Amino acid sequence: MNNNLQQQHDRTMVRVQQGLDRRYRQEKRFQRIGLGAIILGLVFVSFLFISIIANGYTAFQQTYVKIDVNFDPEMIAPIGETDQEVLSKANYGGLVKKTLRDMFPEVTNRREKKVLYSLVSTGASFQLRDMVMQDPALIGTQQSVWVLADDDVDMLIKGHIDLNVPESDRRIKNNQMAWIQSLQAEDRIEKRFNTIFFSAGDSREPELSGIKGAVHGSFFTLMICLLISFPVGVAAAVYLEEFAPKNRWTDIIEVNINNLAAVPSIVFGLLGLAVFINFFGLPRSVPLVGGLVLALMTLPTIIIASRAALKSVPPSIREAALGVGASPMQTITHHVLPLAMPGMLTGTIIGMAQALGETAPLLMIGMVAFIVDIPGGPFDPSAVLPVQIYLWADSPERAFVERTSAAIMVLLAFLISMNLLAVWLRKKFERRW
Amino acid sequence: MQSTTLIIVLLGLMTLAYYMGRKRSLSLVNGRVRDLHSLPSYYGIHTALWCGVPALILFVFWISFEGAVVTGMVVDNLPQEIQELPPERLNLVMNDIRNLAQGDIVSREVDETMQGAADHYSSLLRISDMSLFVIGLSVAILGGLLAQRSINRHQRARNRVEKAINFFLVSSSSLAIFTTIGIVLSVLFESIRFFQQIPVTEFIFGLEWSPQTAIRADQVGSSGVFGAIPLFAGTFLITIIAMFVAVPIGLMSAIYMAEYAGKHFRALAKPVLEVLAGIPTVVYGFFAALTVAPFFRDLGTSLGLSVSSESALAAGVVMGIMIIPFVSSLSDDVINAVPQAMRDGSYGLGATRSETIRQVIIPAALPGIVGGVLLAVSRAIGETMIVVMAAGLSANLTANPLEAVTTVTVQIVTLLVGDQEFDSAKTLAAFALALVLFTITLALNMIALHIVRKYREQYE
Repeated sequence: MNNNLQQQHDRTMVRVQQGLDRRYRQEKRFQRIGLGAIILGLVFVSFLFISIIANGYTAFQQTYVKIDVNFDPEMIAPIGETDQEVLSKANYGGLVKKTLRDMFPEVTNRREKKVLYSLVSTGASFQLRDMVMQDPALIGTQQSVWVLADDDVDMLIKGHIDLNVPESDRRIKNNQMAWIQSLQAEDRIEKRFNTIFFSAGDSREPELSGIKGAVHGSFFTLMICLLISFPVGVAAAVYLEEFAPKNRWTDIIEVNINNLAAVPSIVFGLLGLAVFINFFGLPRSVPLVGGLVLALMTLPTIIIASRAALKSVPPSIREAALGVGASPMQTITHHVLPLAMPGMLTGTIIGMAQALGETAPLLMIGMVAFIVDIPGGPFDPSAVLPVQIYLWADSPERAFVERTSAAIMVLLAFLISMNLLAVWLRKKFERRW
Repeated sequence: MQSTTLIIVLLGLMTLAYYMGRKRSLSLVNGRVRDLHSLPSYYGIHTALWCGVPALILFVFWISFEGAVVTGMVVDNLPQEIQELPPERLNLVMNDIRNLAQGDIVSREVDETMQGAADHYSSLLRISDMSLFVIGLSVAILGGLLAQRSINRHQRARNRVEKAINFFLVSSSSLAIFTTIGIVLSVLFESIRFFQQIPVTEFIFGLEWSPQTAIRADQVGSSGVFGAIPLFAGTFLITIIAMFVAVPIGLMSAIYMAEYAGKHFRALAKPVLEVLAGIPTVVYGFFAALTVAPFFRDLGTSLGLSVSSESALAAGVVMGIMIIPFVSSLSDDVINAVPQAMRDGSYGLGATRSETIRQVIIPAALPGIVGGVLLAVSRAIGETMIVVMAAGLSANLTANPLEAVTTVTVQIVTLLVGDQEFDSAKTLAAFALALVLFTITLALNMIALHIVRKYREQYE
């Protein structure tokens, strides 16, 4: 009898033991799946960054070609001519072409000549013009000048053109290859730091295009956005948190703010189009309208963050201020607001970072126009950085791919530093009561 | 530039008014502050407000209506035959006049009337600017002087200033309401105009979408069919794919972070994952179009499948990656809100951690997780840049993720970008689509927020 019980007990233990093994295996598996999910997420992050950086780092260099220009008085202007008007109207494009013909005298065929001219950028003629206009004494002399290479040559030098592709499908033909190799043999090709990328506006030619216009546009847009959304957001938060009576109206406002925070950004763009542009007749593509739209969009974020900051200020502060005779408004402006300010600023910076990366609503209000000039204020038409990225991403030239990636790197650098600033602010001023 | 100067001058005047008001209040009582009703700075602010606010209101109104009024005056002076043009043609003429006045390139040859109108336009603008400057500044100075005059020791300056601040606070918080009303009205009005041309039933139940409307009646290939089902289907397909990526990864990583991860691992991995949330969507779009879509196409080719280079799969997967941190941080919140007692009870009965998670924590947190997923869905539906850059333009009615589909947001962008006229069915259709988008996301949000709130109350 006793034996029987013992046997039954042993069998139960064996079953439990087997079950335990299975359950522990399950436990392990579950844990691994969780870890795997996180690792997958981290892999996505690193993959994204690696792909952008790998595509974009070469854009910070630009290929230049050295050509020996004979500033022929017959082609430009008589020696001694200083009239800027005359100097600016000379045929510098022809001068560049003639220089190239002189450097490769074996090219005679018309079609080949055309291919030869495409070795240097169309910007080369403007560069020569500026040189002559600055120093008219150059006329009649022979100079070695480093000029911008065409974007296809630039791509070849950077190794982005696959030479195994048949010639007909390649942007660089075999004869161009031969010329480039001979130029390289004479040390006439060189890569330098790409200053144009940071100092020029948009252009149809990849080698002449830069992000300065877009950065300025983004700056003005963000300034308008900040000037509106910060005071209004803080005021709304103060009212809702400190003064608002508990009634239907404030309930509606609260639900409204929460819902606005989740309205798709493109809908805000349509609002801007219908109200600011069609109703008020404000101009399209200007940072003023962009800033207004983004301000409406970031308001909920700022209000929610500011309310959290106000909530974290202990009631004893308010009671003490009221106790020594401050009015409710004085209590808020002199005591509560300064204590809540770091939290509000953190929320505002995060909202601004969101606004800086936002594209869709700006497409709706016409900020996709092709704008070469660098905007001088919030009333000038301009692009912004994310829209510039979108426009370049649509361009077919290979050279724009690396410029897009480089512009993304600049944008991400701005965003990351803004977020770090927010984290630093929070760390520095965080106070536990 | 003119308006910037005006604002700066106005700010200067306000500062001056502040000091003048303060000084007058002090001199009234010979420096004995306690004889005043309010602190001297309140008298200063009161004066500055009277100086700045009326002028600013005038300025805003002027700027808002200047364009319309000046355009109207120029149109009135145009020859009769131009005035009788249909509105959209008249708009083009006005655009040319404006461009001419600014010295830009004009799309037609410049004749005498055009040049005259342009000169008239720029002279009107100059007059308007000048008079704004003069009137605005005189209003400011007058307001400041009157307010400074009215100061006496019994004036309740603090109460008045606080009233003004309170008015600002109330109107700021009502701005959210006005934004919503503005969205609803602007989208609704244009949608109603659209539905006057295209019946609602055709829009909601139609199976074909081809918004190119014919300009001439005999034109070929411009059908102008507005059946939105393919767009809804495409949006749905991409959203489903995104959820298949985001929900398992986001949920599992939230569970691991909340229940398993050590302090150091958590401190390291969490911010890195949150980086995904801070990346602009245009970057994801570029990533999808340049890296992910070609990757799937090549993968498909090597497996013998034909994958479109604008496949729904690529757009959906990248959108899913974007939403991972959204799902994971929302689930993290709800999992942490499950009371510790429930875990302890489960451990006490001998359950392993994973059993506790699967059989106790997840069921308890389910409403919150569902709410979070609904919010993520609403986000995926409204997401624009990824699909604009990586999904297709042609409306295919298909459930095959390897083909190109288009979405509601893509169509809104393609219909509206670069268009100037706002009365063709083509542009109005964008507003009708936006109405649908707004309604659906709003409904999803309301439901999700309701569920989450209910869930929170359960454990409080």
